[in-house]
Amino acid sequence: MSEIRTEDMVINMGPQHPSTHGVLRLALTLNGEIVEDVVPHIGYLHRCFEKHCEAMTNYQQVVPYTDRMDYLTSMNNNFPWVLAIEKLLKIEVPERVAYIRVIMAELNRIASHLVAIGTYGNDIGATTPFLFCFRDREKILDLFEKTCGARLLYNYMRVGGLSHDLHKGFAEEARQFIKEFRPTIKELNGLLSYNKIFIERTARVGILPADVAINWGVTGPILRASGVKWDLRKNDTYSLYDRFQFDIPVGTDDVGVIGDCWNRYMLRMREMEESLKIIAQALDTLPEGDVKAAIPKRIRPDPGEVYVRTESPKGELGFYVISDGSATPFRVKARAPSFCNLGALPEFSRGVMVADLIANLGSIDIVLGEVDR
Amino acid sequence: MQASEIHEIVGAQFGDAILEFKGDAVDPFIVLTAQRILDVALFLRGDERLQFGSLMCLSGADYNDGTLGVVYHVDSMSLGHKIVLKVRVPKDNPHVPSVESVWKTANWHEREAYDLIGVVFDGHPDLRRILLPDDWEGHPLRKDYKVPEFYNGMKVPY
Amino acid sequence: MGLLDKQFEHSNIIITSVDSLLNWARLSSLWPMSFGLACCAIEMMATAASHYDLDRFGMFMRPSPRQSDLMLVAGTVTLKMATRVKRLYDQMPEPRYVISMGSCSNCGGPYWEHGYHVLKGVDRVIPVDVYIPGCPPRPEALLEGIMKLQEKIRNESLAQRPQPKLVGELV
Repeated sequence: MSEIRTEDMVINMGPQHPSTHGVLRLALTLNGEIVEDVVPHIGYLHRCFEKHCEAMTNYQQVVPYTDRMDYLTSMNNNFPWVLAIEKLLKIEVPERVAYIRVIMAELNRIASHLVAIGTYGNDIGATTPFLFCFRDREKILDLFEKTCGARLLYNYMRVGGLSHDLHKGFAEEARQFIKEFRPTIKELNGLLSYNKIFIERTARVGILPADVAINWGVTGPILRASGVKWDLRKNDTYSLYDRFQFDIPVGTDDVGVIGDCWNRYMLRMREMEESLKIIAQALDTLPEGDVKAAIPKRIRPDPGEVYVRTESPKGELGFYVISDGSATPFRVKARAPSFCNLGALPEFSRGVMVADLIANLGSIDIVLGEVDR
Repeated sequence: MQASEIHEIVGAQFGDAILEFKGDAVDPFIVLTAQRILDVALFLRGDERLQFGSLMCLSGADYNDGTLGVVYHVDSMSLGHKIVLKVRVPKDNPHVPSVESVWKTANWHEREAYDLIGVVFDGHPDLRRILLPDDWEGHPLRKDYKVPEFYNGMKVPY
Repeated sequence: MGLLDKQFEHSNIIITSVDSLLNWARLSSLWPMSFGLACCAIEMMATAASHYDLDRFGMFMRPSPRQSDLMLVAGTVTLKMATRVKRLYDQMPEPRYVISMGSCSNCGGPYWEHGYHVLKGVDRVIPVDVYIPGCPPRPEALLEGIMKLQEKIRNESLAQRPQPKLVGELV
């Protein structure tokens, strides 16, 4: 029976679909239950980020707009923007500022991965891990809220500094969080990672070979799950990441095969542990200082251009900024990791079942705010 | 490898295509004639000494002087060096060869540059608008862009 | 909600108006469509998750517009998406309610001035019952908005229920 071929059918998945993580439309060409081709249609959340950069009257005013690109990891979005402008201005930030930025970025990485893991479980059919993940994410959000007053979009980093110093007692609370969070990782591993049903759904599904991934500009956990040890925190180090000891997890073949959905998922679990290590080290050596002292009163970089990239939880997030010497950026291009990662989706989704397509899509962990900007 | 060495290697092969090299910029860049970008890209990826296997970023830009530009940030993961390539084309005839066949990631980036800036990439397999709807008029990131009053019956300005 | 909180010793008759009964039923089990647009959707998810627990309002996310009676417009509505939002709204059965969550869907939010592709308020395409300000609103603010909507439903009357009015025109 299997050789009987039926007529191909084109159906739309999205823009309103519970598993597309936002407003994404996938046009699927189906042969029965088998996906012959996938064409992603994006732009349903195009909020004109680059136009806004050119319209602002000050480089600092762009920071809240970067927040709204990948709204799960606002701290990590601020990071390359302020680094880029500091590089254009050729200014150094105080030690304390750099330390706090690293701590915040890593905490936000954990929060982002928790959402990725929780919603991925939800996509596959496991509701409980979602609730567990959001429970622990709230603890990180509480820390952020106490420091800068916002739960989701922080507007925290400034060119040359930060908007607020850490609140009193941050270090103790963060250490307490690390202590409470380590058991949660174990719990999640038992609940989801090594769950037989979950492994059946994700292992050996949607295999992305390393050379295809590099050619498609895939970065972040997805690239590492394909076996490429590439992390900008080590390979093109920025800020203070060369001072901390941490490992870069890569895909393994003990449960699935390298580059499959399970590895992409598992990599985020392993990265959370590494982030905890970085936070613990940074808290131990956090210096004193004034976080607002180096914020320039007037930002007018010399004409020139810069491309700065950082490792956001989704991959390589870069800003290409052209300055014409005025107080407003002349042109800004955001190289968003989700945008490039989503482009590779058809490459490893041809020939899978429709249900596996959900597993593939969830494992990329896209955020449409960043895909469309 | 330093940017000046990369420039020398590329210059030996494509001396006539290089218009300018700036090695002391924040990110050193090479300006090329637009028509040769595909040949240079193929060479950069394939040459043993360079191995530029990945395209980090492709950006379009309107320089507000009658020219549009495309900027390529390329990077070698294996050798750990990077370089910036630039081309410029006149605004009334903005044609640049597509590098989609060299780096697949350029596929969406070029569609985005076409959508927002209006650079036409020759040889691109699927050059459609990517972010804006198909029936949108104009290219919003051009400096002389005027926001339409209405789109599809909906008022656009506040 | 005032109807069934009295204990009866023997079988008895409850006397109420049809209005009160229907309103009570409707407001106690609003089923929102799980439909997230942008940042606010993350706060909506956080509201539905363990910490804020939307279920205690009798609310349960439905993936299909045909099964839901509340649309939470959580996030920026772009011009490309606006036609789809309108279509989803049209697919919902009456009675249906709309909560506009966050500044973007209220009025365009931070994108009001330069957002060439942002719809400056979802009320230009569908009618809105409750507006929740904030960028993004906290989960508590969303809960407050939901309670305001319940208040509104409680005071509805079958006789005086206004006919649904469509705002804006779409081709």
